[in-house]
Amino acid sequence: MTEYAKPIKRRKIKGDAAWGYAFIAVALLVFAMFTLYPVISALIISFQKYKPIGSEFVGFENYTETFKDKLFWKAIVNTIVYTVLTVPVSLLLSFAVSIMILPLKKKMQTVFKAVYYLPAVASGVALSLVWLWIFDPMPVGIFNKVTSFFGLGTHNWLGSSAYAMFSLVLMAWLSSHGTSIIIYLAALLGIDGSYYEAAELDGASFMQKLWYIVVPCLKPTTLFLLVTGVIGSFQVFQNAYLMTGGGPDNATTMVGLLIFNNAFKYFEFGKAAAQSLVLAAIIAVISFIQFKFLGKDVEY
Amino acid sequence: MSLYNPHAGRPQIRIARNTVLIVILLAFALATLFPIYYMIISSFGEPVEAGAMDYKLVPSSFSLESYKFFFEFSEYTYRWLLNSLIVATTVMVTNVLFASMAGYAFSKIKFKGRAAIFSLLLIAMMIPYQVTQVPLYILIVNIFEIQNTYTALILPGLVTVYNIFLAKQFMGSIPNEILECAKIEGCNQFQIYFRIILPLSKTVLAVMAILTFMDNWNTFFWPFLVTNSMDMQTIQVGLKNFRFANTTYFAPMMAGATISALPMFILFFSLQKYFLEGVTVGAVKG
Repeated sequence: MTEYAKPIKRRKIKGDAAWGYAFIAVALLVFAMFTLYPVISALIISFQKYKPIGSEFVGFENYTETFKDKLFWKAIVNTIVYTVLTVPVSLLLSFAVSIMILPLKKKMQTVFKAVYYLPAVASGVALSLVWLWIFDPMPVGIFNKVTSFFGLGTHNWLGSSAYAMFSLVLMAWLSSHGTSIIIYLAALLGIDGSYYEAAELDGASFMQKLWYIVVPCLKPTTLFLLVTGVIGSFQVFQNAYLMTGGGPDNATTMVGLLIFNNAFKYFEFGKAAAQSLVLAAIIAVISFIQFKFLGKDVEY
Repeated sequence: MSLYNPHAGRPQIRIARNTVLIVILLAFALATLFPIYYMIISSFGEPVEAGAMDYKLVPSSFSLESYKFFFEFSEYTYRWLLNSLIVATTVMVTNVLFASMAGYAFSKIKFKGRAAIFSLLLIAMMIPYQVTQVPLYILIVNIFEIQNTYTALILPGLVTVYNIFLAKQFMGSIPNEILECAKIEGCNQFQIYFRIILPLSKTVLAVMAILTFMDNWNTFFWPFLVTNSMDMQTIQVGLKNFRFANTTYFAPMMAGATISALPMFILFFSLQKYFLEGVTVGAVKG
């Protein structure tokens, strides 16, 4: 019996496997051609002085030049400053908002989720155009009206190196936090009621419940949002490109923009490839550190 | 039994507390919605140069002249919208098709190398796009020589790893028994995929379709790199061109921005549920 059954079973598995390969064929082809090949190619180009025909190998020159380049370090510092000023604030805001949404009725929760998410469906190009005018350097500009109302004077927000970075940061603070609010809220609703019950029996206050129950329970969510937020922030390109072009005096040149300029403004593909791989390495190291130090007791 | 004191005996305290919370939430919502409000009301202003006007927070006149100005900027303005629609729709359809097929294979069909291939995909997801942008540009422009075509706009986004991951996560939760039954009834894998998996995954595929469409409608970077004539540009690239060609025309710029965002607003208000659901399906189980 079993000896007869075996070949049939094997053939069946084989048939299934063929279906499996057929089902992933297109996806795999697209992946190989537009992700895998480019990554390998980037690695090769980073050791070359790239020309459409007859690129020459230059060893580590692109890397050593990158590390000697003052502008590269400035871009790194700018990116770190931008990340440190935007990501934690965005997390804190989203956390606070989701806590405030929590006790409301289900319908009200949905309304607020939708309202906070709405700005995220407008394109980055459209929003950057609006902000460009909000930051109009003339005294009639919206933001200048606000600051002069509070006695802070009027400034050339995007056009002066002292304020350009702040302007981009402010724009990030007031952009959509909908995604993280919704994720936080889902996690909040998932906390088991028995924790609160136990705490209430011990006479815990609201703040104690928040600190000893909510914060630890939401740690995996916070870690997820932190890591994805930092990764996204390190790749930031569009706002800097459209709003300030990296200026003035490279005050808002982020790594993403620097790589873009090297590649598509100066057509130094080798240098751009080397810098992009350095960026990838930095992102990997930072993500690893975040998991190592914050993810200690987080289980997935 | 909850974070907040339910104030069971005194509902007026609960109502007062919730009112305070709603006021704070509304204030913050107004701040984040302000750019959109401002964009829309300003788009109805007259198309005059910025020096001659004052910014108003409340519309004082209603005129569609600025929309006319935007559409008359280039003979290809309608074409930009059409191009965006063509690219976003095509990429949406191919993503739903190929990601659902791959997601099914990765979650339910056993084949050699499945785990290894899937891990490779996941690792690749962490590589920043800056790494692939230069070789991808060389591939499309110098090797395939297809810049400025729909193919160039569509091909690299045909199916994304993120969508495969999304499909695999969801389909993994479909009970195996159903698939076993279908197999015994004589269904082959394609029939199982088409008649069982697809209908059961309707919601997650709808979410995927909407988010993919939105991403591709809003994307600026890739179309900006591979198009070089007005007639092949998408609305986002066209909007950027308009801005650099008419730096002082405030109201028409806002009209253009509104036009680029309007289809997404309409989509959002009609399919809100899927948008909001889409946020959580991709995130970790907290």
